[in-house]
Amino acid sequence: MTSMLCISRHTPSGNALAREALDTVLAAAAYEQDIKLLFMDDGVWQLLKGQQPSHINQKDITKNLSALPIFGVEEVYVHEPSLQSRGISRDSLSLNNVQLLTNEQTQALIASQQHILSF
Amino acid sequence: MIFTVVVLGAPYSSAANSTALRFCRAALEQGHTLKRIFFYGDGVHTGSSLSAPPQDEYKLTEQWQSLIRENQLDAIVCIAAALRRGVLDADEQQRYQKSAANLSQDFTLSGLGQLIEASATSDRTITFGA
Repeated sequence: MTSMLCISRHTPSGNALAREALDTVLAAAAYEQDIKLLFMDDGVWQLLKGQQPSHINQKDITKNLSALPIFGVEEVYVHEPSLQSRGISRDSLSLNNVQLLTNEQTQALIASQQHILSF
Repeated sequence: MIFTVVVLGAPYSSAANSTALRFCRAALEQGHTLKRIFFYGDGVHTGSSLSAPPQDEYKLTEQWQSLIRENQLDAIVCIAAALRRGVLDADEQQRYQKSAANLSQDFTLSGLGQLIEASATSDRTITFGA
Protein backbone atom coordinates (compact mmCIF):
# COMPACT_ATOMS: atom_id res chain seq x y z
CA MET A 1 0.00 0.00 0.00
CA THR A 2 1.38 3.37 -1.05
CA SER A 3 0.78 6.55 0.93
CA MET A 4 -0.86 9.14 -1.33
CA LEU A 5 -2.11 12.64 -0.71
CA CYS A 6 -4.50 14.37 -3.08
CA ILE A 7 -4.33 18.17 -2.85
CA SER A 8 -7.44 19.94 -4.16
CA ARG A 9 -6.86 23.66 -4.74
CA HIS A 10 -9.62 24.81 -7.10
CA THR A 11 -13.18 26.14 -6.68
CA PRO A 12 -16.09 23.66 -6.85
CA SER A 13 -17.81 25.09 -9.93
CA GLY A 14 -15.26 27.30 -11.66
CA ASN A 15 -13.10 24.42 -12.78
CA ALA A 16 -13.56 20.71 -13.50
CA LEU A 17 -10.46 19.95 -11.42
CA ALA A 18 -12.46 19.81 -8.16
CA ARG A 19 -14.58 16.93 -9.38
CA GLU A 20 -11.66 15.29 -11.14
CA ALA A 21 -9.63 15.39 -7.91
CA LEU A 22 -12.47 13.72 -6.06
CA ASP A 23 -12.79 11.02 -8.72
CA THR A 24 -9.06 10.36 -8.36
CA VAL A 25 -9.40 9.99 -4.58
CA LEU A 26 -12.24 7.51 -5.03
CA ALA A 27 -10.22 5.55 -7.59
CA ALA A 28 -7.27 5.36 -5.18
CA ALA A 29 -9.60 4.16 -2.43
CA ALA A 30 -11.03 1.53 -4.78
CA TYR A 31 -7.47 0.34 -5.43
CA GLU A 32 -6.96 0.13 -1.66
CA GLN A 33 -4.24 2.74 -1.47
CA ASP A 34 -3.59 4.80 1.66
CA ILE A 35 -5.21 7.95 0.22
CA LYS A 36 -5.77 11.23 2.06
CA LEU A 37 -7.36 14.45 0.83
CA LEU A 38 -6.21 18.00 1.58
CA PHE A 39 -8.19 21.11 0.68
CA MET A 40 -6.21 24.30 0.37
CA ASP A 41 -6.21 27.64 -1.46
CA ASP A 42 -9.48 28.04 -3.42
CA GLY A 43 -10.16 24.33 -2.86
CA VAL A 44 -11.64 25.17 0.55
CA TRP A 45 -14.67 26.70 -1.22
CA GLN A 46 -15.67 23.12 -2.09
CA LEU A 47 -16.51 22.56 1.58
CA LEU A 48 -18.93 25.45 1.98
CA LYS A 49 -22.46 24.46 3.11
CA GLY A 50 -25.61 25.34 1.18
CA GLN A 51 -24.29 25.26 -2.37
CA GLN A 52 -26.88 25.00 -5.14
CA PRO A 53 -24.86 24.11 -8.23
CA SER A 54 -27.95 22.74 -10.03
CA HIS A 55 -28.77 26.36 -10.90
CA ILE A 56 -25.74 26.38 -13.17
CA ASN A 57 -26.29 22.84 -14.46
CA GLN A 58 -23.63 21.24 -12.27
CA LYS A 59 -23.76 18.33 -9.88
CA ASP A 60 -23.42 18.90 -6.15
CA ILE A 61 -19.92 17.89 -5.11
CA THR A 62 -20.67 18.06 -1.34
CA LYS A 63 -22.79 14.87 -1.50
CA ASN A 64 -19.80 12.96 -2.81
CA LEU A 65 -17.53 14.57 -0.23
CA SER A 66 -19.72 13.47 2.66
CA ALA A 67 -19.65 9.90 1.28
CA LEU A 68 -15.85 9.68 1.43
CA PRO A 69 -15.73 7.63 4.68
CA ILE A 70 -18.02 5.03 3.08
CA PHE A 71 -15.36 4.54 0.41
CA GLY A 72 -12.62 4.20 2.99
CA VAL A 73 -11.22 7.74 2.81
CA GLU A 74 -10.93 8.56 6.51
CA GLU A 75 -8.37 11.35 6.50
CA VAL A 76 -9.61 14.67 5.15
CA TYR A 77 -7.58 17.77 5.93
CA VAL A 78 -8.15 21.48 5.47
CA HIS A 79 -5.40 24.09 5.33
CA GLU A 80 -6.64 26.50 8.01
CA PRO A 81 -4.85 29.65 6.74
CA SER A 82 -6.73 29.18 3.42
CA LEU A 83 -10.03 29.27 5.35
CA GLN A 84 -8.98 32.31 7.36
CA SER A 85 -7.84 34.35 4.38
CA ARG A 86 -11.22 33.75 2.71
CA GLY A 87 -13.25 34.49 5.83
CA ILE A 88 -14.71 30.98 6.02
CA SER A 89 -15.48 29.71 9.52
CA ARG A 90 -15.37 26.07 10.56
CA ASP A 91 -19.15 26.21 11.22
CA SER A 92 -19.87 26.90 7.58
CA LEU A 93 -18.17 23.73 6.35
CA SER A 94 -20.34 20.86 5.14
CA LEU A 95 -18.01 18.20 6.58
CA ASN A 96 -17.56 17.78 10.33
CA ASN A 97 -14.86 15.14 10.34
CA VAL A 98 -12.11 17.26 8.78
CA GLN A 99 -8.85 18.11 10.49
CA LEU A 100 -7.64 21.70 10.26
CA LEU A 101 -3.91 22.06 9.68
CA THR A 102 -1.50 24.94 10.25
CA ASN A 103 1.18 25.78 7.68
CA GLU A 104 3.71 23.66 9.57
CA GLN A 105 1.35 20.69 9.87
CA THR A 106 0.53 20.96 6.14
CA GLN A 107 4.22 20.90 5.27
CA ALA A 108 4.76 17.88 7.51
CA LEU A 109 1.81 16.04 5.95
CA ILE A 110 3.04 16.67 2.40
CA ALA A 111 6.58 15.65 3.31
CA SER A 112 5.38 12.39 4.86
CA GLN A 113 3.69 11.11 1.70
CA GLN A 114 5.19 8.91 -1.00
CA HIS A 115 3.01 10.42 -3.74
CA ILE A 116 1.26 13.76 -4.19
CA LEU A 117 -1.65 13.99 -6.61
CA SER A 118 -2.04 17.71 -7.22
CA PHE A 119 -5.27 19.23 -8.56
CA MET B 1 14.10 7.02 -10.91
CA ILE B 2 10.68 5.86 -12.08
CA PHE B 3 8.23 8.68 -12.81
CA THR B 4 4.49 8.81 -13.38
CA VAL B 5 3.58 12.02 -15.19
CA VAL B 6 0.09 13.57 -14.98
CA VAL B 7 -0.83 16.18 -17.60
CA LEU B 8 -3.85 18.37 -16.76
CA GLY B 9 -3.16 21.35 -19.02
CA ALA B 10 -4.54 21.46 -22.56
CA PRO B 11 -2.14 21.84 -25.50
CA TYR B 12 -1.81 25.50 -26.63
CA SER B 13 -4.06 26.72 -23.76
CA SER B 14 -1.69 25.95 -20.92
CA ALA B 15 2.09 26.22 -20.77
CA ALA B 16 1.95 23.16 -18.49
CA ASN B 17 1.36 20.94 -21.51
CA SER B 18 4.61 21.79 -23.28
CA THR B 19 6.47 21.91 -19.95
CA ALA B 20 5.34 18.33 -19.36
CA LEU B 21 6.63 17.35 -22.81
CA ARG B 22 10.05 18.88 -22.06
CA PHE B 23 10.12 17.22 -18.64
CA CYS B 24 9.46 13.82 -20.22
CA ARG B 25 12.23 14.36 -22.80
CA ALA B 26 14.70 15.49 -20.12
CA ALA B 27 13.86 12.57 -17.83
CA LEU B 28 14.44 10.06 -20.62
CA GLU B 29 17.68 11.77 -21.72
CA GLN B 30 19.00 11.45 -18.18
CA GLY B 31 18.22 7.75 -18.06
CA HIS B 32 15.07 7.86 -15.94
CA THR B 33 12.05 5.68 -16.59
CA LEU B 34 8.57 6.97 -17.41
CA LYS B 35 6.19 4.41 -16.02
CA ARG B 36 3.17 6.05 -17.57
CA ILE B 37 1.96 9.43 -18.82
CA PHE B 38 -1.61 10.03 -17.74
CA PHE B 39 -3.61 12.73 -19.55
CA TYR B 40 -6.49 13.97 -17.43
CA GLY B 41 -8.78 17.00 -17.25
CA ASP B 42 -8.16 19.39 -20.16
CA GLY B 43 -4.96 17.44 -20.83
CA VAL B 44 -7.01 14.86 -22.73
CA HIS B 45 -6.99 17.17 -25.77
CA THR B 46 -3.34 16.17 -26.23
CA GLY B 47 -4.67 12.88 -27.60
CA SER B 48 -6.55 14.52 -30.47
CA SER B 49 -5.16 13.71 -33.89
CA LEU B 50 -7.00 16.68 -35.40
CA SER B 51 -4.95 19.58 -34.00
CA ALA B 52 -3.96 21.83 -36.92
CA PRO B 53 -1.85 24.78 -35.71
CA PRO B 54 -0.54 27.49 -38.09
CA GLN B 55 2.58 26.48 -40.02
CA ASP B 56 4.94 28.72 -38.08
CA GLU B 57 3.87 27.35 -34.69
CA TYR B 58 5.24 24.45 -32.70
CA LYS B 59 3.47 21.16 -33.55
CA LEU B 60 2.80 20.25 -29.95
CA THR B 61 0.51 17.25 -30.33
CA GLU B 62 2.74 15.81 -33.10
CA GLN B 63 5.71 16.17 -30.75
CA TRP B 64 3.86 14.21 -28.08
CA GLN B 65 2.97 11.53 -30.61
CA SER B 66 6.56 11.10 -31.77
CA LEU B 67 7.94 11.12 -28.20
CA ILE B 68 5.49 8.38 -27.22
CA ARG B 69 6.11 6.33 -30.38
CA GLU B 70 9.90 6.59 -30.43
CA ASN B 71 10.24 5.67 -26.76
CA GLN B 72 7.34 3.20 -26.72
CA LEU B 73 5.81 5.07 -23.78
CA ASP B 74 2.59 4.10 -22.08
CA ALA B 75 0.31 7.10 -22.75
CA ILE B 76 -3.16 6.86 -21.23
CA VAL B 77 -5.96 9.34 -21.83
CA CYS B 78 -8.59 9.25 -19.07
CA ILE B 79 -11.71 7.86 -20.70
CA ALA B 80 -14.29 9.72 -18.57
CA ALA B 81 -12.55 13.08 -19.04
CA ALA B 82 -12.03 12.39 -22.76
CA LEU B 83 -15.62 11.37 -23.55
CA ARG B 84 -16.95 14.57 -21.95
CA ARG B 85 -14.57 16.66 -24.06
CA GLY B 86 -15.10 14.86 -27.36
CA VAL B 87 -11.89 12.83 -27.59
CA LEU B 88 -12.96 9.38 -28.79
CA ASP B 89 -11.37 6.26 -30.21
CA ALA B 90 -13.16 4.07 -32.76
CA ASP B 91 -14.77 1.84 -30.11
CA GLU B 92 -16.25 4.79 -28.23
CA GLN B 93 -17.37 6.40 -31.49
CA GLN B 94 -19.37 3.25 -32.20
CA ARG B 95 -20.65 2.91 -28.65
CA TYR B 96 -22.00 6.48 -28.55
CA GLN B 97 -22.92 6.65 -32.25
CA LYS B 98 -20.79 9.74 -32.88
CA SER B 99 -19.77 11.12 -36.27
CA ALA B 100 -16.01 10.68 -35.87
CA ALA B 101 -13.16 9.28 -33.80
CA ASN B 102 -10.11 11.48 -33.22
CA LEU B 103 -7.81 9.77 -30.70
CA SER B 104 -4.29 9.45 -32.05
CA GLN B 105 -3.16 5.81 -32.26
CA ASP B 106 -0.24 6.55 -29.92
CA PHE B 107 -2.66 7.00 -27.00
CA THR B 108 -4.97 4.59 -25.18
CA LEU B 109 -8.26 5.40 -23.48
CA SER B 110 -8.52 3.93 -20.00
CA GLY B 111 -9.65 4.67 -16.44
CA LEU B 112 -8.27 6.42 -13.37
CA GLY B 113 -7.11 3.07 -12.02
CA GLN B 114 -4.25 3.36 -14.52
CA LEU B 115 -3.06 6.52 -12.74
CA ILE B 116 -3.29 4.96 -9.28
CA GLU B 117 -1.57 1.75 -10.37
CA ALA B 118 1.23 3.72 -12.05
CA SER B 119 1.77 5.97 -9.01
CA ALA B 120 1.81 2.99 -6.67
CA THR B 121 4.65 1.46 -8.69
CA SER B 122 6.66 4.68 -9.31
CA ASP B 123 9.11 6.64 -7.19
CA ARG B 124 7.50 10.01 -7.96
CA THR B 125 4.26 11.36 -9.42
CA ILE B 126 4.70 14.70 -11.17
CA THR B 127 1.65 16.78 -12.12
CA PHE B 128 1.61 19.51 -14.77
CA GLY B 129 -1.23 22.00 -14.97
CA ALA B 130 -2.94 22.33 -11.58
